[in-house]
Amino acid sequence: MSKLKSEEEYQKTAAFHFFRWLSGSQDPYVGKVEMQPQEEYQEEEATIQERMEEQQMIRDKVYDKKRNKSLLFFRWFYKIMAVVFCIVLGAMLIITVSYLPPTGNALNPDNNEVARRYIESGMQETGAVNVVTGMILTYRAFDTFGETNVLFIATCCVMIMLMVEDAELKKRELQNDRRFEPKNDAVLQGVATILVPIIFIFGIYIILNGHLSPGGGFSGGAAMGAGLILYVSAFGFKKTQRFFNEEVYKVAKVTALCMYGLIGIYYYVMGANGLENHIPLGIPGHIISAGIIFPINICVGIEVACTMYAFYALFRRGGL
Amino acid sequence: MTGQMELVQNFPCFSIMLCMFAGIISSALKGKSAKRINTAVLCINILMSAAVLLFTVRTGEFYVYVMGRFPAPWGNELRIGVLEAGMALFFCVIMLLSLMGGKHKLIQEVEEGKRNLYYILTDLMLSSLLALIYTNDLFTAYVFVEINTISACGLIMIRQNGRTIEAAVRYMIMSLLGSGLFLLGLCMLYDMTGHLLMSNIKEQVTGIYLSGAGGSFHVPLMVTIAIISVGLAIKSALFPFHAWLPDAYGYSTVSSAAILSSLVSKGYIFLLFKIIYRVIGFDTFCDSRIIDILFIFGLMGMVFGSLSAIKENDVRRMIAFSSIAQIGYIYMGVGLGTQVGMVASVFHVLSHAATKSLLFIAAIGLTDVSGGSRKFIELTGSGYRNKIAGATFTAGALSMVGVPMFSGFISKLLFSQAAVQNDGKMFPALIVLGISTVLNAIYFMKTVIRIYTPVENTEYPTVTWRENKVYAVTLICFIVLNVFLGVLSQPIVDLIGWGLNMFA
Repeated sequence: MSKLKSEEEYQKTAAFHFFRWLSGSQDPYVGKVEMQPQEEYQEEEATIQERMEEQQMIRDKVYDKKRNKSLLFFRWFYKIMAVVFCIVLGAMLIITVSYLPPTGNALNPDNNEVARRYIESGMQETGAVNVVTGMILTYRAFDTFGETNVLFIATCCVMIMLMVEDAELKKRELQNDRRFEPKNDAVLQGVATILVPIIFIFGIYIILNGHLSPGGGFSGGAAMGAGLILYVSAFGFKKTQRFFNEEVYKVAKVTALCMYGLIGIYYYVMGANGLENHIPLGIPGHIISAGIIFPINICVGIEVACTMYAFYALFRRGGL
Repeated sequence: MTGQMELVQNFPCFSIMLCMFAGIISSALKGKSAKRINTAVLCINILMSAAVLLFTVRTGEFYVYVMGRFPAPWGNELRIGVLEAGMALFFCVIMLLSLMGGKHKLIQEVEEGKRNLYYILTDLMLSSLLALIYTNDLFTAYVFVEINTISACGLIMIRQNGRTIEAAVRYMIMSLLGSGLFLLGLCMLYDMTGHLLMSNIKEQVTGIYLSGAGGSFHVPLMVTIAIISVGLAIKSALFPFHAWLPDAYGYSTVSSAAILSSLVSKGYIFLLFKIIYRVIGFDTFCDSRIIDILFIFGLMGMVFGSLSAIKENDVRRMIAFSSIAQIGYIYMGVGLGTQVGMVASVFHVLSHAATKSLLFIAAIGLTDVSGGSRKFIELTGSGYRNKIAGATFTAGALSMVGVPMFSGFISKLLFSQAAVQNDGKMFPALIVLGISTVLNAIYFMKTVIRIYTPVENTEYPTVTWRENKVYAVTLICFIVLNVFLGVLSQPIVDLIGWGLNMFA
């Protein structure tokens, strides 16, 4: 087609690929991406029969509305009461809110000496340019430690619920964790190769700049967790486990939380006993400044990233 | 900062942080080491709380512990008085005994690899209870209520069968509704007062209240009191909100049932006491009509909880339903709206916590010698097959019914004294107290007679105390604790009254 190049040479150019894609004469994915239809769900005759009988039994015995009048009554009562309850609660709260002061009014009770000190002298006292981070990690450091532990205990509960302990089952789950999706999806892998490093760098940036700009451990950790999840879904658990397996997860999580706890207890005890705090505040605006905020942000970031990844892994295959 | 702090004054902060550290480190350990750490932490906490209690009794006044460099209202703070320290000591003791008594069941019922998770949950549960007891900041209280709720769900579902999962889901939904209402109330309080620190809120709230019904914030204040009370009542299973309770206590592993019934619900009740005294103010709370609603719900709980317990054919669920009646007693005491009523309620918190965990732990010994069945027909004669569990169950039942020498008697006595001093509510309170006592006696004595009815040629084995010494020692400790509360009640009641005065 081209006048200047021979057919063979032309086929190597980008223009050829582009026009071929445009005309739709060849699908770029066919033959290159593993495309396997899902196995159709097979069920034996006996199981179907059993299930039908079970459903019939439940319908007859448990929910027999004809003979069980109290159940019928309860169902109606429950539906009506649920609606009434929601309407009453909603109406009550809306009416109450109409009595509360309007947002942004300078005379509101919450514009008092507490908020004033946070805004006016937050930077001198905590060394953090970002007032919000200064508030949650210095003034109210104890609350935030509790909040971090909420994430920790939530992971523990998900583990109780979903962690597979049975050895046989565990093996099967580990082998079959990509049952319902094609392996090595070229599009996903291509996107992940570009995006994962960017996401990680951005997450680290948010964490390290928590005291300078909007962000901090919680948001940066969530970004890093998302990066990990993207990596796992693109490249599978085998590759992820080269750098992030259960051991690494445990060490990272325990170290991060213990570091936070140790910094916290040092800060509380020193403060409460009126002793001098030896952690320097630094110069506001510098990356290494703001006293305890900087290390705490890193700890929180690691913990949040670990939690995000652990949720994903536990829900996907019942183990890390 | 005023003056130099003594080392003892740091202990409340240490004990909260110690529990958290124990939980965090346990996540990297095996079940056995996690258990050792848990026991060690509990023992250290008992010693520290006792030291704090002695310190506060000696100085005779509360003290404020600033968590960090900035004093409240900018930072967080703890506030420690006699009542707080005593409650912390008591909670640690009950948790240690509950875990000791349920240890052998835990090994049977929880998968090997998840046992360390159980101790993480209990460690964090204890830390949240201690923080709820000590904190003087409403938002800190909310954060630890979250930890408490999540770990309670974990404690229920760690024994994995259909009933516990269903119970945990139900508990979570109800409990989150309670947390949500509490959080809404907290937001409204912040909007009206601009503070999160309890003492500062109280100053403002008193001002709002004194401005009368015409004041701009009178309506939201009343709604706030109502939704905070109802939120905490849902979480502590007051009568109409108790639907989550029987399954959660009845099917979870026995240590969990004991901890949930005697500590978790009591932690929320203690938080409510704190809010009544330190956030809303006792007089404001009593003048609002919300207190009458709590009173009526309490009375209804006392009767309907007992009626459900009588109908029950499963001993664990029967004990669980009995909890609803006992929670009703506590709210009835609050509803009387007098200082004496509050003292009675606080004493009943102690008495019920000691007795209910005893009953759960003793019942497990009886069901174990009845082939694991909890039905009454199988339990016949089990008091002879496991003598110590039978004796302990009898002691617990006597205490619940209110026989002298046991703690239950003292709380019933205090409740009736409080009722007599309240003119308007005397008759309903006394009559329902009487009815409830009779109903209690019916179902507890029915059980005691059942376990001491001899059966000929039973197929079940007889167990002596030597086969599980830890269990036997736990039961004896429970009986001693119960009799201690029953016999030495006067100093304890005085201490509670003193603590409540210090509380406000």
